[in-house]
Amino acid sequence: MENESRDAGPQARYFAALARGRFEVQRCGDCDRHQFYPRTLCVHCGSQALQWAAPSGEGVVYSFSVVRRKPEAGGDYNVALVDLREGIRMMSRVEGVAPDDLHIGMPVRARVRDGEGGPLVVFDAQGVAA
Amino acid sequence: MTALESLRGKVAVAGVGHAGLGAAHGYTEMEILAQAACRAVADAGLSMRDIDGLATCSSSATMWSMPVAEYLGLRPRFIEATMLGGSSFVSHLLPAAMALESGQCDAVLVCYGSTQKTAAFGRSEGVKARSLLDPQPYEHPYRPLQPITSYALAAARHMHQYGTTREQLAEVAVAARKWAQRNPEAALRDPLSIADVLNARMVSDPLTTRDCCLVTDGAGAYVLVRADRARDLPQPPVYLLGSTTAVWNRQISSMEDLTVTAAAESGPRALGMAGVSVSDVDVAELYDAFTINTLLFLEDLGFCRKGEGGAFVAQGGIAPGGRLPVNTNGGGLSCVHPGMYGIFLVIEAVRQLRAQAGERQVPGAEIALVHGNGGTLSSQATAVFGGPATR
Repeated sequence: MENESRDAGPQARYFAALARGRFEVQRCGDCDRHQFYPRTLCVHCGSQALQWAAPSGEGVVYSFSVVRRKPEAGGDYNVALVDLREGIRMMSRVEGVAPDDLHIGMPVRARVRDGEGGPLVVFDAQGVAA
Repeated sequence: MTALESLRGKVAVAGVGHAGLGAAHGYTEMEILAQAACRAVADAGLSMRDIDGLATCSSSATMWSMPVAEYLGLRPRFIEATMLGGSSFVSHLLPAAMALESGQCDAVLVCYGSTQKTAAFGRSEGVKARSLLDPQPYEHPYRPLQPITSYALAAARHMHQYGTTREQLAEVAVAARKWAQRNPEAALRDPLSIADVLNARMVSDPLTTRDCCLVTDGAGAYVLVRADRARDLPQPPVYLLGSTTAVWNRQISSMEDLTVTAAAESGPRALGMAGVSVSDVDVAELYDAFTINTLLFLEDLGFCRKGEGGAFVAQGGIAPGGRLPVNTNGGGLSCVHPGMYGIFLVIEAVRQLRAQAGERQVPGAEIALVHGNGGTLSSQATAVFGGPATR
């Protein structure tokens, strides 16, 4: 993997890739399953033979909640759990969708963007322009 | 019989106490903890000098057992300080029972106190400090309003998967309030309707303020001794029949199925150790930090099938006069919730089994199930208690 620091742990490696605009997750070389979040061992089989790969980015909303906030405090925003095609789940948010249009089972696609505290994976409703 | 099953009924709660419920203006959390501890020890007919085992933890002080031992003047031979969030004071039961049965100690004080409501260092500062001391870099950037949003995600999934309704969630809050109205110690006792819950301010969909537990001060304590000694003490012994803790994950995003908690493991194990089934349970105290908790635990513990929790609580199913008395003190939703509520589950179960629960007494209660939850549906601890006639 290009630019991979041999000294960095998987967490630093993950966020360094995000900073370059790349969303990469781990797949186990022994049991062939993906995992999220990145670890130094496979959570499924205990192996340390982990490889990095870009996921398809395609997923569906497993659950979501709209956090209610006063407009002067920035207004409402959603927090979603997204199941990716690779069999992993992550917390994120779905952007560009009104709370009433967001639903469980909605197909979404990952996108890396800048957040307040650093780069962030968010999701767009599939078919909706980013 | 396994070694674990042989612990059934070997230890008993001999004393309970609480202090500073609601708002403990001018008192520190250590001060109300010590008041609750003194009451529990006195209730057990013992003196603080008799206490040689200590179980406690705090959501802010990582070395909390040491200042507690120092403050109370204890030199404990057994210390249990495992911090599992709100379930901690239920999960402390089994190690305490083992320590008593092995002879490591003779009287364990389990205690907790919090002044989160009145303290200068409040809940919001606590959340901020934890995000630095205990970071969750894969959740925090999305600003979940924790812990509420995690429970809201579980509620939304349960509604999607099983057709559970907001009205059914509201039934849990209304039932808790009806029990609280029979408990003079409960914080909120005014009438509450399904419509009141639904029309309350939405915090994190689908949970409104009335789907969420109280933010109060409060301290609680109980004393455990070996059963033979408990029978010589003033209060009717309440025997520990079974107890287990299970943890499958910490973060909600790492939970495999948001509709199944580790209570599905801790419940059957604790009931198995106790040798009782859910149909034997006369009263259940289930950690109701949020209304969805009660539905999940009723299902996972086996009181109803998965997905049927909503129907179970509908039409006052867990309110006074319903099919199962649940959270008879008013619960975390209407009685008290000082950050971690687990100890109050035990205290209420003991009062019910001693037949000392006044207007809210469940007649003839002999078996109580206590279920503690911690984190964001993360730690699950179940205990089964039996009244004086069960051993």
